[in-house]
Amino acid sequence: MARIVVEVMPKPEILDPQGKAVAGALPRLGFTEFAAVRQGKRFELDVEGEPNEEVLEQARKAASEVLSNPVIEDVVSVHWARES
Amino acid sequence: MARIGVVTFPGSLDDRDAARAVRLAGAEPVRLWHAEDSLAGVDAVVLPGGFSYGDYLRAGAISRFAPIMGSVVDAANAGVPVLGICNGFQILCESHLLAGAMVKNTQLTFLCTDQVLRVENAQTAWSNQFAQGQEILIPLKNQDGQFIADEPTLDELEGEGRVVFRYVGNPNGSRRDIAGITNARGNVVGLMPHPEHAVEDGFGPGTDGLGFFRSALTALLASA
Repeated sequence: MARIVVEVMPKPEILDPQGKAVAGALPRLGFTEFAAVRQGKRFELDVEGEPNEEVLEQARKAASEVLSNPVIEDVVSVHWARES
Repeated sequence: MARIGVVTFPGSLDDRDAARAVRLAGAEPVRLWHAEDSLAGVDAVVLPGGFSYGDYLRAGAISRFAPIMGSVVDAANAGVPVLGICNGFQILCESHLLAGAMVKNTQLTFLCTDQVLRVENAQTAWSNQFAQGQEILIPLKNQDGQFIADEPTLDELEGEGRVVFRYVGNPNGSRRDIAGITNARGNVVGLMPHPEHAVEDGFGPGTDGLGFFRSALTALLASA
């Protein structure tokens, strides 16, 4: 079965309080090399049948209309998952 | 008697309290169900607080696609008064009836407090019983309550007088202390704090919440 991956991130200009909290916790656990953290979402959409451009276009549409809110988020990637 | 609908979604919490507030304000509450597409001929609609669909995806994001929301959007566009409280506000933003969006409170915690608001627009269908600049006290309780919009949108809201309520003492990082806004027509209002929990002496911080529902009754009489 083919799989499409959609990645959504909070807009750069919007403060990401979750990412900030994670960034604050890392040094306390000894991870001192990371200057900032932003936290986003990854969706995996499984496709019945043959993967084709039409299905990918549907996924792009779903990503922009449902999976993300353009006021606060950007769709950063819609792509086929690599064969595992 | 005016009939005001209160929509119940899976995960709504404050639908009963909203219906009670409607009754105490002198209207007949009508319970509406998310899976129906009928508004049962109500004169106004309240989208209550809660965590509809568990806030999965984003708060309000999945409720927007509930069958009843198509009818709510049509009614709102036809001028029917619609009030979104807390999760209801988030649903109105996701439905594009109101501008902006809500993200997590800056302190990342659930907040529960009695909150002072200043009335910035006393002319909407849900705020006309207040005086311009009046300060009111109603409960606030949420996790994703930080109102966000881009600068041009915020400027537009301010410029058109569409900021209806502002926090006195910003509790959650909301842009420009905004607690509630309206649409261009002034019939759709959304806010994060909960007027339905301040409608009866002895239960909650006072009765300032009644003004919201009485405003709708006044707006309905004026348009009749």
